[in-house]
Amino acid sequence: MSIRLIAIGTSAGGVTAIQRLMALLPKDFRIPLVVVQHLPSNPGINLSLVFGSAMHFPVFEAVDKLAIEAGTVYFAPPGYHLLVEKDQTFSLSQDEPVHFSRPSIDVFFEAAANAYGTHLCGVLLTGANADGAEGLRLIAQQGGVTLVQDPLDAEVNAMPRAALALFQPHFVGSLTQIAHKLTELARGSDVC
Amino acid sequence: MSIDPIERHLFLEGIFLRFGHDFRLYAEASLNRRLNSLLTRFQTDSLLKLLQRILETPALFRDVLPFLTINTSEFFRDPTFFRALRENVVPVLKTYSKFTIWVAGCSTGEEVLSLAILLKEENLLKRAIIHATDINAQAIKRASEGIYELSTMQTYNRNYTSAGGTKNPSDYYTAEYGLARFDPALLENVVFSEHNLATDAAFVEAHLILCRNVLIYFNRDLQDRVFDLFTSSLAYKGFLGIGSKESMRFSPSATHYETIDQDLKIYALRSDSATVRNQINRGVQP
Ligand SMILES: C[S@@+](CC[C@H](N)C(=O)[O-])C[C@H]1O[C@@H](n2cnc3c(N)ncnc32)[C@H](O)[C@@H]1O
Repeated sequence: MSIRLIAIGTSAGGVTAIQRLMALLPKDFRIPLVVVQHLPSNPGINLSLVFGSAMHFPVFEAVDKLAIEAGTVYFAPPGYHLLVEKDQTFSLSQDEPVHFSRPSIDVFFEAAANAYGTHLCGVLLTGANADGAEGLRLIAQQGGVTLVQDPLDAEVNAMPRAALALFQPHFVGSLTQIAHKLTELARGSDVC
Repeated sequence: MSIDPIERHLFLEGIFLRFGHDFRLYAEASLNRRLNSLLTRFQTDSLLKLLQRILETPALFRDVLPFLTINTSEFFRDPTFFRALRENVVPVLKTYSKFTIWVAGCSTGEEVLSLAILLKEENLLKRAIIHATDINAQAIKRASEGIYELSTMQTYNRNYTSAGGTKNPSDYYTAEYGLARFDPALLENVVFSEHNLATDAAFVEAHLILCRNVLIYFNRDLQDRVFDLFTSSLAYKGFLGIGSKESMRFSPSATHYETIDQDLKIYALRSDSATVRNQINRGVQP
């Protein structure tokens, strides 16, 4: 099974978790990663700028119609739902918040599951609410791979626990173990 | 629930043929979400069954349309955009004795009022004709009333100042019974009308077009059409402002514009693009 996109959802504790996870990935990691992170306190912040210098991958904010490229990390822009189309370009929406969140992880996971099917890997990390659980289940339903951070490893465990209460993901583990899994997936993939 | 692509196709085609509203070139992923909530609202699991009901009872369409559009708006949204308008566009507008502005996709009017307030503070409101258009007739009606929940005034107050407002934000409305009623004089030179960017033609020559957070709902083909429509609707060196996460760089139209503000998405028609405009107007592919 070849994975063409990795969709990551997180809220509270996410900035640190994402930084650690990215640092654990090999430099030649080619599968594009999309991060949907809630930012309750500062709605105007552009995460791609926050992370840009700290990562060994090119980092962009996901703007409307941008084409997804290999070896790149994208962040959902604050204030918009992020979606992805079948032609592997981003689209945005200002539909109502979901789980009080815009961007919502569920919204991105669902769109990604529809667009990528079995070629998608969804990852749910530390976070303070249930956003992402339902979306991750949809990813599994459409044949994608699902990874959840072990609640014991997560800074805030509500988000991983909500997923585990809903269904059994393919893998539950620490950030380090998740990084290994992703690296394995990348090896088995014929990513363009 | 995932939307069946064949049913979706037939549904959108049917709506277009019967009502003339063309959603066929909307961005799929977000339209799918809207279609899902439409199915929930009409308590059915099939777009085909729903289409049949709508075709039998066309009056239902009035309740369908609002589900297909997203009308989220905010006063002075992205306040820095309005600051940039003051800095880069207002000085040019000041050189005209009369000018025209088109707000495309005006929704419930927050953007039009913000613009009118800005123009008033620059002593330009009396020189302006503002055309505010949308496909959602209910939204237009609300926009033309200029009345909002008092609770939304918090955002207004906050954004007004960051947008470079120089007065007391509450100078422009009166509060009564939990509602904020904006000074009707602000909307005196505003013409509200229904206009569909997907199907309707150019109807003004504008010195400034604002179309923010509308293009994100369209696919690239439809975006290209709309950019063409704007190119053919802009006066010599006219300005175009789009949403902060929208971009013209994926469209062939980009070559006809120069970038005035990269981050805030303000563009101006290049002075040499008059021929392009004429070609578009005559239906020739530039
Ligand atoms: C999210 S609102 C944007 C409101 C405002 N411009 C702003 O930025 O705050 C999008 C608006 O675009 C309108 N719209 C959608 N499709 C349209 C079309 N084909 N032609 C004209 N307006 C359209 C919707 O009805 C809705 O009011």
